[in-house]
This record gives sequence, C-alpha cells and structure tokens, in this order.
Amino acid sequence: MTSLPPSTDKKLGLVIDLDTCVGCHACVVSCKEWNTGGYGAPLADIDPYGAEPMGAWLNRVHTYEVTPAEGPASVVHFPKSCLHCDDAPCVTVCPTGASYKRVEDGIVLVEEDLCIGCGLCAWACPYGAREMDPAENVMKKCTLCVDRIYNENIPQEDREPACVRTCPAKARHFGDLADPDSDVSRLVAERGGFDLMPEMGTKPVNQYLPPRPKTRPQASAASPAPETVEADGLLGWIDRALERLG
Amino acid sequence: MHPAISVIFFTVTSGAGFGAISLIGAGYPFAQGAWVAFLVGALAGGLAVAGLISSTFHLGHPERSLRAFSQWRSSWLSREGVCAVVTLLLFGLYTLIWMVTGVRLGWLGAFIVIGAVATVFTTAMIYTQLKTVPHWHTAWTPAVYLAFAAASGFTLMASLGRIDALGGWPVTAIAFWLLLLAWAVKSLWWRRALTTNLAQAGSTPETATGLGHLGKVRLLDRPHTGPNYLTKEMVHKVARKHANQLRFLSLVTGALAPIAVTGLTWLAGADRLWLLAAFILLMAGLIIERWLFFAEAEHSVSLYYE
Ligand code: SF4
Ligand code: SF4
Repeated sequence: MTSLPPSTDKKLGLVIDLDTCVGCHACVVSCKEWNTGGYGAPLADIDPYGAEPMGAWLNRVHTYEVTPAEGPASVVHFPKSCLHCDDAPCVTVCPTGASYKRVEDGIVLVEEDLCIGCGLCAWACPYGAREMDPAENVMKKCTLCVDRIYNENIPQEDREPACVRTCPAKARHFGDLADPDSDVSRLVAERGGFDLMPEMGTKPVNQYLPPRPKTRPQASAASPAPETVEADGLLGWIDRALERLG
Repeated sequence: MHPAISVIFFTVTSGAGFGAISLIGAGYPFAQGAWVAFLVGALAGGLAVAGLISSTFHLGHPERSLRAFSQWRSSWLSREGVCAVVTLLLFGLYTLIWMVTGVRLGWLGAFIVIGAVATVFTTAMIYTQLKTVPHWHTAWTPAVYLAFAAASGFTLMASLGRIDALGGWPVTAIAFWLLLLAWAVKSLWWRRALTTNLAQAGSTPETATGLGHLGKVRLLDRPHTGPNYLTKEMVHKVARKHANQLRFLSLVTGALAPIAVTGLTWLAGADRLWLLAAFILLMAGLIIERWLFFAEAEHSVSLYYE
C-alpha cells in the first residue's frame, strides 16, 4: 500500500557525524557487500572492469569543499543514503504498492516482486537515495539492514546496519529517533543535528551532525626558524661541494 | 532530466489521441457509415494506445504493468493508468455500437469525454506533483498538456469530420485559435520556467548538504569516478546543450507552420483536409517541445553533484 502511515511506532534511522567522517568509503563497501547477498536482488555492476564501470549502490560518500566568508576552506566528507523520511514522496508516487513505509519502525522498503521499474520513486526522492538495479531492473534502496537489525542468528553486536558496524571513525549511529531518550536523539540534541533540504517537506528521519568549529593556530605563535647545523665527515664534504656548485 | 524517447512519444501521441477521443465522445459529426466509424475510432484509439504501449518500453518490468492499476488512491501514475484503460474500454464499446448500429450514444460519449480529459490531466500530474523538479511543479503543466491535447485532437478530427463550421465558426478558424491558445499557454509555462530554477525555488548545494551556515559548498569529489543511475537519469546536462536551437525549431515546426497553414486555410476557405498537414507539423513540433520539457528540467539531486 503506497499511502503513508499517519505515524510510526518507532523511527529507526541513522545519525551521521560530518565532523568525524574521514571519507574512507568503508561504509559504502560494506553496504554493497552485505546488500548484494542479503535482502532482494543482488546489487549489480555493469562493465566493472571496462572503461565506464557503473553499478547500483545504496550508500555513497561525496566530498565537499566549504568556503567561509573569511578564513580557509575546509573539506567535508558526506555519506548519503535513504533518510527514511516521515513524509516520503517516493512512497506515495509508486503506482504498484511496491514502495511502502513500515508502521512498526518507519523503515521505507521496496517489495521488489511488485516493482515494475518505472523509476518514478527515484524522481520523487530529492536526495538521490534510490537507484535502479542495472541487471534486475527493480528499484534498490537502503533497507536500514532490516535483515541484520532483527536477525537473531547473528551476534547481538552485529544487529545494526552494516555501515554503522563498519565505520572505523564511529561517524555513523543507529537508533530510534522517535524516542527522545535514545542515544541517537541525545546526540542530535547535543550537537544540533539537522535535516537535509528541509524545504522539500520530506521530514527525513536520518539526521546529520555539523562539523565542529575548527581551532586555528595563532599567527603570533610562529615556530622559531630551524637551527643551522654544521655537518662533518662525508655529509660535510657533500654539503660544501654542493655549496660551491652554487 | 533524461529525455526518454518512449516517454516523449507517449505524452505527445496519447495527448493527441485522448484529445480526439473526447471530441468523438462529444459527438463531433462524421460522415455516415460503418467504415468511417471504424477508421475514425481506430485512428483516435490507435494514437492513444500507441502512446500507452510506448510508455511501457520505459519500464524495467513491463510484464508486471497490471500492478500499476492498484494504487489509484495515492499515486497519479496509477490514476493515469486506470483513467486511460477505462476510457479506452468505453471508447471501444462506443465505436463498436456506432459501427454496428450507426447510433452514437450520447450518455456513453459524456463518460468518454470526462475520462479522456481526466487521462490527460493525470498524465500531466505525474510530472506536476514532483517537488524535486521546480520547472514541472506548477498548475501550468496540466494546462499545457490539456491545451495541446485539445489543439492536436481538434486539428486531426476537424480534418476528417463532415462539417465545415461549428457553432457558426469555420472549423479551420477554431483549429487556428486552439493552436494559438495552446502555444500561448506554453509560452507562459516557459516564462515561469525562466525564473524557477532550483536556486530560485529555494534549494542550493548549501541546503542539500545543510552546510550553508559554514560557507559556500562546492563538490570536490564525486562518490565514484564513473557515472551512475542518478547522474544518467537526473543530472542530464548534455541534452540541454542545444536548448535554444531546439526551442526555435519546435516553435517553427509546431507553432508557426501549423498556425500559418490553418490560418491560410481559414482565410482562403480552402479544403479542411489541409488541417491534416497542420496536425502532422504540430506533432513534430511537440516531440521537440516535450524533449525540452525533460532535458531542461533540473532535479534537486543535481545539487549533490555541483
Ligand atoms: S530519502 Fe528518498 S528514498 Fe528515502 S524515504 Fe526519503 S524520499 Fe524516499
Ligand atoms: S520503480 Fe518500482 S518502487 Fe519505484 S515507483 Fe515504480 S513500481 Fe514503485
């Protein structure tokens, strides 16, 4: 059913820390690795060793340069996957009922057997979070690793999305954003988490934490000039020979 | 947006087809005879069906298309499918009765008119609903689709019809004014588009990343070196390269030429079969116009790639 539920019991989602992300793409790779063997059709690559390789990914990391009015620019690595929006336009446009949002936890999923591959949901998503699989021709998107987080066959510590489990910088956090006392909600409150493109009215569940203000070195505290040392022996001879060369 | 030929062909021909269907349903007069009924019905229905079939080429799984009729409560695409199929079924029945008995049922025709208008409107709403594409997100989009459906449907049907005048007006004159009206609506659409790019609609790389409070945002590295589904489908800039030349071409072929043909036919009192030439020119021009409709539309995901 592609009508949205009026509300969901939980709002499972991610909190992504743009301060600590180092742009290593480990989450991108572990996402593809888990999801190509997990939920639904595998994530295909077309021409993987050719001139123009291309494939379906559920999570991608962009890198931006942010230039303030004054002072030096900084680099921000920016992971992006489905934000499991509360008001998900991708769900309501779907003609088949393949796209839906779960009442129990708010996860937005695609029932691939129902999908006709019209691509309209990808057009409706402002964030580019949906990609058509180039081999199976069905719509793929982040499932929040629905086949991990409730999976009783894997150890407790693995029952979180593959990207969160993998991130070496601990820049990704998973939890219930409907519960104000959850770790993720506290993090959002403490660090001033924000929505992406709030003007689109999608009410994304996933939140982003801004980079912390940079500390700049003081201009007056310049380090002293390096000492010049006289070398002797072979090095000294080379040094003098080079100096004579001008 | 990527201008897919199948979708361009679909919107143009099904617009003309359902425009023609609504006129037949409204009782536009044709010569007597089962053959005329068959040919007129097959032409109008054929255009609509050709468009619909073409639209399924754009699907990854056309064999599952029946599924698309299920979500009419929430989805414009589903509504469009339902309206199109119901209208075509009613129209098939109408044409059959017309062929066999020579009777054109007025009440059935009335339902067909409503269905045909609803089909064109819902087609337009598939694009209009998308907030992610500011060019399309306006009431002017259904106005354009409806106006072109009326102009193309009327021009075609009037060239084949039995009458020279309708309500005291020569049919050539009506075609002339409908063409002029449709292009006037389109030029208003274009004028709005000029001032409705993503930034003017309030979305920038800064709002997309939420980093605007820190400064100006510029893409340093794409997520991957190669292209992807998103860049091919929605960050399609190559198609925009010749936009001005194409707009000129669409105006000459689709507006100037057919308006001149219908205008001259009207003034000279010439054979209304000339309207057929105007119709063909209009269709050619509309294919280019629809190409631009997609190619020039900016999608918000492109902000992540700037
Ligand atoms: S991020 Fe895009 S795909 Fe995910 S729920 Fe929101 S609109 Fe839908
Ligand atoms: S591509 Fe599939 S999931 Fe997306 S709108 Fe079409 S049918 Fe629904």
